[in-house]
Amino acid sequence: MLKIRNLQTFYGRIRVLDNVSLSVKPGEIVTLIGANGAGKSTMLNCISSLIPSREGEILFQGEKINGQPPEAIVRLGICQVPEGRQIFQPLTVLENLQLGAYLRYGRRERSYIESDLNMIFSLFPVLLERSDQVSGTLSGGEQQMLAIGRALMSRPKLLLLDEPSMGLAPRVVVDIFQTISKLRREGLTILIVEQNARAALKIADRGYVLETGRIILQGSAAELMEDHDVKRAYLGRDYREFTEGRS
Amino acid sequence: MTRLLKYKSLQVGTFGIVLALLPLVLTNRYYLNVMIFIGIHTLLVVGLNLLMGYAGQISLGHAAFFGLGAYTSGILTATYHMSPWPAMVAAVVLTAFVALVIGIPALKLSGYYLAMATLGFGIIVHICFKELNYLTGGPSGLVGIPTLAIGSVILDEPARYYYLVWFTTLAAIALSLNIVDSRVGRALRAIHDSESAARASGIYTSRLKIWVFVISAAYASVAGSLYAHFITFISPGSFDFMFSIKLVTMVVVGGMASIWGAVFGAATLTLLPEVLAVFHDYDIVVFGLILMVVMIFLPQGLIRGALDLLEKYRLRRGVAGESV
Repeated sequence: MLKIRNLQTFYGRIRVLDNVSLSVKPGEIVTLIGANGAGKSTMLNCISSLIPSREGEILFQGEKINGQPPEAIVRLGICQVPEGRQIFQPLTVLENLQLGAYLRYGRRERSYIESDLNMIFSLFPVLLERSDQVSGTLSGGEQQMLAIGRALMSRPKLLLLDEPSMGLAPRVVVDIFQTISKLRREGLTILIVEQNARAALKIADRGYVLETGRIILQGSAAELMEDHDVKRAYLGRDYREFTEGRS
Repeated sequence: MTRLLKYKSLQVGTFGIVLALLPLVLTNRYYLNVMIFIGIHTLLVVGLNLLMGYAGQISLGHAAFFGLGAYTSGILTATYHMSPWPAMVAAVVLTAFVALVIGIPALKLSGYYLAMATLGFGIIVHICFKELNYLTGGPSGLVGIPTLAIGSVILDEPARYYYLVWFTTLAAIALSLNIVDSRVGRALRAIHDSESAARASGIYTSRLKIWVFVISAAYASVAGSLYAHFITFISPGSFDFMFSIKLVTMVVVGGMASIWGAVFGAATLTLLPEVLAVFHDYDIVVFGLILMVVMIFLPQGLIRGALDLLEKYRLRRGVAGESV
């Protein structure tokens, strides 16, 4: 569904992504893990065309998409839930969701949009309760739900999630990740970028490990979970002993 | 949706009835003249507010669009003896076209840079009004612009012109209220908040910004035509940089991103100098002081600010606000 070949991206003269290749098949959850500054968010922003890529290609359903404007990417069916939510704070919850369907209003799909709204509200009931509230007043977790809901309103084929766990209470993180797997069961393809490697690997099918702009490791989520280096670097060495020692 | 629509028609309707009855009380020509100016300014400010308050794009050259409307109407009718209504349409088309041509490069800029670009545009247009003697009459102005007529009714009485101006302005307000609550209105506010997040939601931000720029220029053009036919004489001084600043001030004082705020801002800042005439030479000082006080204590603009103050007062009185 999504295929990235030898992607290179620069910020000025600094190379952020160095010959990165990855692929996402329909119906999969793929995760990209790595430390701060590895280039994970850059990767998603390249796919969304918010950052231009210098070399290499990004193919979506066989069509080359790098170089197209970000609006066109959304039209093709790729939608990003950006890092730090980036909801439109002065607007109400409902207005944020309606904005997600911006392109579809133009295509006169009103009745479908209504039913999608109801779908979002059944996925995140709290958003219905707060639908007339200014979204800047929501809690972090609720804002994350809203950001996911807004992206879903565009009816994406591929959902890009950038750090959905950022700044959230552990219990809320569990909720969000459960919702993500639920969305996959309903047929959505998902690419998640995460620092919380454990949470991401738990729900993912496959994963890639990014370090300073290169992919150093890839494999099934189960393999990565058991990989010695991944354990040491991203899951916290000896975390098992640590947690077992406490219980 | 329908409740919202009813609410809006109720607002516009009530406002319209009050305005329709006003001339029965205000028979004085001077008051009517002031009301006509408030109407023209409101039309300008409602349009500018779409651009500034909603889409968050500043224009320091709005007087130029106002002037283009006025001069096109004036030149076509006074010099070329065209009939006023088609001339007004021509003015809107021309102004919208100019806005499109200017907007395409200028709106690639944002913030201070956009302010500078529109400022430059405003100054250039102002110089054209002053220097194109054979067309505009130069610094001494353009005379002999006919008054408007609807059929055989000549609108030479302020009371008649009053209805024309406010009818147009009300239509503009109704149109703006609809734009603001539509998909496009939401998109404009999204651009204001974060342009990249808006693009990531599939909004063609560059196109939309140009579109709203053209719309607000068209509002200004209509206001300019109405102005020219009302006072029948125009000179470059009415369309200078200071007037652009005044329009921006009206938007800010009334409250950004509020149509009724725009109406209120235009009314306040048009009335204020009239009221302050009692201070004679010091009126501009008092005017400045009032603006400073408003911005310090009610930075959200008069309407929002007043509502916030009311809310605070109610809380202090111990009346619990309804939970949302």
